[in-house]
Amino acid sequence: MLYKHSVRIDRRKCMGCTNCIKSCPTEAIRVQRGKAKILDERCIDCGECLRACPHHAMIAVTTPVNGLNLFKYNIVIPCASLYSQFEDLEDCGNLFEALYEFGFDAIYEEARGAEIEAEALRTYFRSGEANFPVISCNCPVIPRLVTTLFPNLIDNLSPFVSATEIAARVAKEEFCALMNVEKESVGCYYIAPCAARMTNIKSPLGIDKSEVDGVFAMRDIYAKLMELMGKSKSSGSRRSVPFPAGAYGLGTAVIGGLSAAVGTKHYLAVDGIYNVMQCLEEIDNERLKNLKLVEASACFGGCVGGPLLFENQFVAKNRNRRLANSQPRTDLERDEHVLKYVHSPLIRYNKPFEPRSIMKLSDDVGEAMRMMERMERISKDLPGLDCGSCGSPSCRTLAEDIVRGQAVEMDCIFKLRDKLRILAQEMADLASAEKRG
Amino acid sequence: MFVQTFPITRGDFDTAGEASSKIKNMLKKLGISPRIVREVAITAYEMELNLVIHSLGGELKLEVRPKSIELTAKDNGPGIEDIKLALKEGYSTASESVRNMGFGAGMGLPNVVRHCHNFHIESELNKGTLIIAGYSLDEKED
Ligand SMILES: Nc1ncnc2c1ncn2[C@@H]1O[C@H](COP(=O)(O)OP(=O)(O)OP(=O)(O)O)[C@@H](O)[C@H]1O
Ligand code: SF4
Ligand SMILES: [Mg+2]
Repeated sequence: MLYKHSVRIDRRKCMGCTNCIKSCPTEAIRVQRGKAKILDERCIDCGECLRACPHHAMIAVTTPVNGLNLFKYNIVIPCASLYSQFEDLEDCGNLFEALYEFGFDAIYEEARGAEIEAEALRTYFRSGEANFPVISCNCPVIPRLVTTLFPNLIDNLSPFVSATEIAARVAKEEFCALMNVEKESVGCYYIAPCAARMTNIKSPLGIDKSEVDGVFAMRDIYAKLMELMGKSKSSGSRRSVPFPAGAYGLGTAVIGGLSAAVGTKHYLAVDGIYNVMQCLEEIDNERLKNLKLVEASACFGGCVGGPLLFENQFVAKNRNRRLANSQPRTDLERDEHVLKYVHSPLIRYNKPFEPRSIMKLSDDVGEAMRMMERMERISKDLPGLDCGSCGSPSCRTLAEDIVRGQAVEMDCIFKLRDKLRILAQEMADLASAEKRG
Repeated sequence: MFVQTFPITRGDFDTAGEASSKIKNMLKKLGISPRIVREVAITAYEMELNLVIHSLGGELKLEVRPKSIELTAKDNGPGIEDIKLALKEGYSTASESVRNMGFGAGMGLPNVVRHCHNFHIESELNKGTLIIAGYSLDEKED
């Protein structure tokens, strides 16, 4: 099957209810013949439908956790939100030991990637090249959202790849140099709070190839890690991580963390996909001034609110704070490891982002105008209840689907009812005419 | 030609901004280039807010032709006494309470002028104000 998005629908579980179509910020889902269907060109992998589906029919597609046998060497990239999933994780050592025991040859933290990103952003802000406000691409949903709905802001997207991608690239670079091995023999596995990253590996934006080779869902690996952590606790064995992340990096799992690491006053830290959309709209309309950095995450709270995590995000936030505060607040400006990569092309996008213009009705303005007029007419004629029974998220969207030729007016159950009533009346009239005749 | 008219009520801050956001959406659906969409949206917003804040009520009209877009704001008074002054950056007669809501910097009309290709304004005291912002779509698309 051709891979398109990180969400798949389990048709056996799907009841054809309207929860997902209503939750989708890009109106990318329809219910057709009783089952939900994702419109690939509109989906931005935000994961809202995963949360909205009460029947668990929306499945996040990630890499199955069954052994590490694709590569000779395996590196793990724990997401910055991973630590917060364990109770009483006073230091990371216990978790790291468990990851080694799991079979990984090396660990490189996403949080460390975030520290490189933060310092790179700070340097970039001073360079005079920056297109303010710079929108961080740490959450993979954001560049997809921007290219789909906010094409004017494409030039504002950060030139730096996400902290995850930075981590994978730097990890491979360092590992290969240290071990004197070929890059092809090394695989990078990300332990993820969401499936959005998966899409970025399979069909990446702005880069030729992602150096992340697999994405493990946090909850798929959780039980195993717990078990291994128990063992390592009793054995007391502690292998270290060569370039451990500090307070700033770990803090990026919670919204606002990256802004704090960059250290700018002129930032906007916004979480929740609808809030993000609202802010981007205001930026597009030039209503927010003097902004330098936009840190946005599709999930509420930041990655600690990711759909594939285990722990309640508020508990996770508190744990993240405690752990971060217990770590040194590394001076990133003087950190040799960070400085080694700040100016490297390794951490930059190398391809332009292409706009996806899903909005336009037709390539021809004249035709689009005719369609638009028809759409307005149909829309006025629909009941305006936005009930979703037709399979489109709102009456207006049904009108749009109709002019696009993807639905018919009778998909509206109220329209259908009216039509049936008229037909029934006509039949009755015919019958009585016959009697009289 | 595609025409849409939005009635705007004076002092209605709950719905202020809705018409311009609808206009923006329509232009996106019509496939107008993103750069122009942004310009028209900015203009529409300023015009809409001026109708809400300064006029007795009126309407905002969008007209799209294959080669041009026109935005018209028309109201029923009170009219502008000194148009030249009203167009100056920083000039505003907004009340204290309106300023407290973040409006009244006197930047609206200058913003409209800056973000459109053709600008027309006429006003008569006690009768009303008519503002037209025009855009040509001939520009090479990016
Ligand atoms: N439709 C209108 N009717 C009457 N007076 C108007 C109208 N539009 C603008 N004005 C007058 O012109 C002045 C300048 O308008 P402008 O939009 O530039 O600034 P503002 O609305 O006061 O502040 P801002 O737009 O920055 O919030 C207004 O303060 C008001 O006196
Ligand atoms: S906020 Fe974090 S967890 Fe949520 S979609 Fe974005 S990257 Fe994934
Ligand atoms: Mg104004």
